[in-house]
Amino acid sequence: MIKRAHFTARFLPYLLILPQIAVTLTFFYGPAFEGLMQSFMLSDPFGQRNQWVWFDNFVDLLSDPLYLKSMGITLGFSAATAATALVFGLFLASQANRALKVKAAIRTLLIWPYAVAPAISGILWLFLLHPNYGVVAFFLKHTLSIDWNPILEGSHALILIVLASAWKQISYNFVFFLAGFQAIPHSLIEAAAMDGAGPTRRFWTIILPLLSPTLFFLTVMNIIYAFFDTFGVIHTITQGGPGGMTTTLVYKVYLDGFVGLNLGSSAAQSVILMTLIIFITVLQFRYVERKVQYAG
Amino acid sequence: MVEKTPILDILTYIFLALGICVVGFPIFYALIAATLPIEMVSRVPMPMVFGDQFWINIQAAWHKGNLGTLLFNSFVMAAGITLGKIAVSMLGAFSIVYFDYRLRTVVFASVFCTLMLPVEVRILPTYEMAANLFGPIQTMVDLLHIEALVNWFLQNDIQIRLELSLLDSYPGLILPLVASATCTFLFRQFFLTIPEELCEAAKMDGAGPMLFLRKILFPLSKTNIAALVVIEFVYGWNQYLWPLLITTRREMTTAVIGLQHLIPDVDDVPDWNVALAGALIVMLPPVLVVLFMQRWFVKGLVEKEK
Repeated sequence: MIKRAHFTARFLPYLLILPQIAVTLTFFYGPAFEGLMQSFMLSDPFGQRNQWVWFDNFVDLLSDPLYLKSMGITLGFSAATAATALVFGLFLASQANRALKVKAAIRTLLIWPYAVAPAISGILWLFLLHPNYGVVAFFLKHTLSIDWNPILEGSHALILIVLASAWKQISYNFVFFLAGFQAIPHSLIEAAAMDGAGPTRRFWTIILPLLSPTLFFLTVMNIIYAFFDTFGVIHTITQGGPGGMTTTLVYKVYLDGFVGLNLGSSAAQSVILMTLIIFITVLQFRYVERKVQYAG
Repeated sequence: MVEKTPILDILTYIFLALGICVVGFPIFYALIAATLPIEMVSRVPMPMVFGDQFWINIQAAWHKGNLGTLLFNSFVMAAGITLGKIAVSMLGAFSIVYFDYRLRTVVFASVFCTLMLPVEVRILPTYEMAANLFGPIQTMVDLLHIEALVNWFLQNDIQIRLELSLLDSYPGLILPLVASATCTFLFRQFFLTIPEELCEAAKMDGAGPMLFLRKILFPLSKTNIAALVVIEFVYGWNQYLWPLLITTRREMTTAVIGLQHLIPDVDDVPDWNVALAGALIVMLPPVLVVLFMQRWFVKGLVEKEK
């Protein structure tokens, strides 16, 4: 779309867009293309010789039990993180929406974890759940007599990174859910109350369906967050261990490409992730279009 | 609410208080730990009272983690990304909305598609690009045998080696994160809502495009810019993967990465008090920005995701 009233200039528009195009080409399209090429090649660790191998890297990856395991871990981790963050965010927002007088204060008290870096969130939670020093770990061991040890036990480590990742995201979801609650017309709630629907019934039959666009959007955002932005959490707490139980797909790209210097495989993994994110983005936009039509 | 339900109201406040406590507990606990001496922190369970070692722990973390330098790096990076992103996107959106030229739609589409290429999915090639910006040109030179051509032409033995590395530098930390499809899109949407009459009037008064941008569009965009400043500052400060890759020297990394070296290993002296004091220092700037500019922050968050 363009403005009806606009300027005409020969070179100025190109000059204005130039910085954006330069950065985009150098750091987005160039590397993406390079990665795509590399994913079809087999190269020695020194990057001296490349051999074109078509889809061998992909075939190797998809038949590699470690990669499939990492994929399963990522799916489970993302689902658990998104579900935890969404449920807590929705619950707190629904309660905050009832507390009319102190809404602003509550928002202030719940909003700040969003500003904490994922890596720092990882440090805080590691301290809470550290097998030797953590207070929550102490409680788990002595009151519930669970042999809690995220440093040695894979499933415990996974729970730890889910908690550290979801904690930060609760604030994000809270902000959006609260905005969603406030957008629901009050008359609808009143009409339902007059027809005799109690608070629980109103929540399930009126509020939740009206919140569904927010819910869908947040689900997508939370899954993207769990896939791509939790690198810091994993790098500070577990570094992919123990026994690869917390190696998500993004962490594996880093491990194989940067630590293991297996360029072809790392590039192929990148391409798979790229395909995934293109799929998610397209899905999101088709949905947004539908929402616009609905509103109009 | 609609009907009077005193029990539910009381429950609401109880749940909210609980929720705030659970969400705040990690920080509260870290705050206590940061005030205790090491003997107290390593006692299990740690006593839940504030100690008097806060300042000492802060100083220890500051020196051990070299936080003075690293916080400065973080600040330069976050400020650079914030200002760069806003400037680049605003100019870009202005070009796309207010000018008619042949490549307009192509340009817009290509910027928009970068949404699908976050740094996490192109880690290694982006690193290679930053390690040598002239890499692609060098490849072309090698491929076309320009070297041999030049040597034949000049009857001389010349080697062509083009290199410009961004590793361990501020531009390397900032530039790859400066292009943003979401910011450009946000400015575009905003510019489209500005009344046509403003531009017509400006043109009638003889203002050129740059004057129109400076005197009319920029002042009108101030609230949008404030919202983006908060969001992008937090985003820049909390970056992890990119600074981890691009910096190899300890004094060029950012504060968030530097914290890694403060966490005690299993066999180390468990000086968690120092590690957590460091974590508190590093998280303070973005938390303060979010709390004090909350209105802009919420606006930015909600607008950006539209």
